[in-house]
Amino acid sequence: MNKETKNVMIVGVGGQGSLLASKLLGRLLLDAGYDVKVSEVHGMSQRGGSVVTYVRYGEQVYSPVIDRGEADYIVSFELLEAARWLPYLKKDGQIVTNIQQIDPMPVITGAQTYPEGLVEKMRGTGAKVDALDCLALAEQAGSPKAVNIVLMGRLSHYFDMPEEAWQKAMEAIVPAKFLEMNKKAFALGKNA
Amino acid sequence: MKELMLGNKAFARGLYEAGCCFVSSYPGTPSTEVTEEAAKYDEIYCEWAPNEKVAMEAAFGASLAGRRSFCGMKHVGLNVAADPLYTMSYTGVNGGVVICVADDAGMHSSQNEQDSRHHAIAAKVPMLEPSDSAEALAFAKLAYQLSEDFDTPVIMKMCTRVAHSQSVVETAERVVPERKAYEKNIPKYVMMPGNAIRRHPFVEERTRKLREWAETAAINRVEMGGTQLGIITSSTSYQYVKEVFGDSVSVLKLGMVNPLPEQLIRDFAAKVEKLVVVEELDPIIENHCKVLGLTVSGKDLLPMEGEFSQNMLRGAFGKEVPEGTAIEDTIPMRPPVMCAGCPHRGLFYTLSRNKCTVLGDIGCYTLGAVAPLSAMDMTLCMGASISAIHGYNIAGDGENEGRTVAVIGDSTFMHSGMTGLANIAYNQSDSTVIILDNSITGMTGHQQNPTTGYNIKGDPAGKIDLEALCRSMGFQRVRVVDPYDLKACDIAVKEELAAKEPSVIISRRPCALLKYVKHNAPLAVNTEKCIGCKSCMRIGCPAISIKDGKARVDATLCVGCGVCEQLCPVGAFESTKKEAI
Repeated sequence: MNKETKNVMIVGVGGQGSLLASKLLGRLLLDAGYDVKVSEVHGMSQRGGSVVTYVRYGEQVYSPVIDRGEADYIVSFELLEAARWLPYLKKDGQIVTNIQQIDPMPVITGAQTYPEGLVEKMRGTGAKVDALDCLALAEQAGSPKAVNIVLMGRLSHYFDMPEEAWQKAMEAIVPAKFLEMNKKAFALGKNA
Repeated sequence: MKELMLGNKAFARGLYEAGCCFVSSYPGTPSTEVTEEAAKYDEIYCEWAPNEKVAMEAAFGASLAGRRSFCGMKHVGLNVAADPLYTMSYTGVNGGVVICVADDAGMHSSQNEQDSRHHAIAAKVPMLEPSDSAEALAFAKLAYQLSEDFDTPVIMKMCTRVAHSQSVVETAERVVPERKAYEKNIPKYVMMPGNAIRRHPFVEERTRKLREWAETAAINRVEMGGTQLGIITSSTSYQYVKEVFGDSVSVLKLGMVNPLPEQLIRDFAAKVEKLVVVEELDPIIENHCKVLGLTVSGKDLLPMEGEFSQNMLRGAFGKEVPEGTAIEDTIPMRPPVMCAGCPHRGLFYTLSRNKCTVLGDIGCYTLGAVAPLSAMDMTLCMGASISAIHGYNIAGDGENEGRTVAVIGDSTFMHSGMTGLANIAYNQSDSTVIILDNSITGMTGHQQNPTTGYNIKGDPAGKIDLEALCRSMGFQRVRVVDPYDLKACDIAVKEELAAKEPSVIISRRPCALLKYVKHNAPLAVNTEKCIGCKSCMRIGCPAISIKDGKARVDATLCVGCGVCEQLCPVGAFESTKKEAI
């Protein structure tokens, strides 16, 4: 088991469903015997704003938050959000991002523009970026809402954790009627 | 069993295990989930009260009846409940009383950043401060014991990072103490001058005893790690200290922040070469050290504003701060916005178009201040919209009445808008008040309130009729509009502003996020008709954007409210609903 505390950030736009992803990770890591902290912010920022969840695990975790330059992984539901939180990535950290783009209000009103070529630009800083169309994969699995599980499937690719542990955590977290669909979404993400 | 639990849920678990029987609260981020989680236990009676003052007084009543009771609120809520708190300090309790106050350093969802510890000091009541979920659970139980042992209400201070972080807890069984009989005790419970004069010395003596308790309490613990640097800290700041220093410095971790120990702090200070206090917001522990005559650092190193973090501490203590890299492009901000289909949008568009001065209030609708609507001039505190419009109109030499409105949500109106409305009805200013009735307490995540007809468990409850209430106060002009109907909104606002008497407009439509609300099929833009005039962009709907000079609707967000459709001069918005054959 890793003694050193590891850091996973889940970022996205309020209302995208990062709750299930952090719940799944929390369960997985707790079952594996780690000390775990999961931190999020509720309230006004959730109304379509930029949202972030911190997941930390290790032998003993103190701070509930992740700071700049500390994240081992950034899992992003939306491309601009991956770029926004990029400064939080550790030097050799890994980004896993959905390529979906959601315009924020300043872009909608024309006050600012949505930057182009974000994946290449992030790679240009030396970051390792795994970008995939999670929405398409989620729809293929049966529901656009499964984007979170597609992303978790992709993250599992980089995690030193047996497949059965992920399956067990999913069985504990996901309601039975959605389990099969979510398992499919997980596999599609993992093997993408 | 070990489980990962939200700080607020762990707090609720602590209430449950301690045998709490009565909970009355008003929602407020980041405190809301304590009460919502408590409501999941059938053994605890739980309710949403109209405001924090009512909640605290209800909890006091339950205590009189001999039960362990609780009320929860955010930091600014304690201002509302300060009145009962300061005198409950004198009366003390029968059954234990625990009060949750959740501070919001960083103002994730608040209008100010006040430090609730001042209230504990001023009211002379003990305050505990957990640093994670396990402590939230344990301290809640301890708080009841202190409450009953020392005859005092006890405040538990949460903060966003403790309230909204999940960490590992171990749960235990619920133990309910026997209900204490109520005994008539006029000198203790009737706080008129003659009795209160005799209770004040009791309060001072209690504080002395609590301070003595604090000197040796297990929740105020020393973790020695060398003599070079000693840090006094509490709450989430403790976690940042441990994150940065591990066991390499000595730490005095305070679980009780009022009253503060004296000898314990002196002894700790004597053991270390340099003493630093790490505390968010105000320098309360630091000033206490200074009063003790100790040489101490604190706010000379760390800010008074905002949340701390491990990197902030690393920087302040001269340690290496990890660097991150950014791309060169400016990343557009993503501020919170009114949701697609939000019923507040149509009304705020109307106010914007009529160039109204809008005295606002606390709720989702405060987002009416955001561009492009920018339809708000003031937001102060719960209820202030209605009280302030009265003063603004009267002092404006007749220039304000015809173009000024107060806007307030249904829950905020119940909280503290009614008294302001009584002032208008009584002192008769020509004020126009708009109640934005979306039939729920929205911003804090959908809590019921006295106008919705349902209680905290979702069961049918009493329902206050807003129209009847306003009329009974003496308002002759009370009308209801549908905020999805822009024309009706425009007529209502114009007519009520023109009227030479007080008036109320109830803008009524349930929050678009409520599960029972049925949505229309999303709209789509007929790009052949769209002339790219951007009329539809004036309402700031997140579902509408301009692509290649034409409006475009995001079908995954659009709920078909049709407000944009009413602005389009060429009828380019069309329903995606398939025509019935």
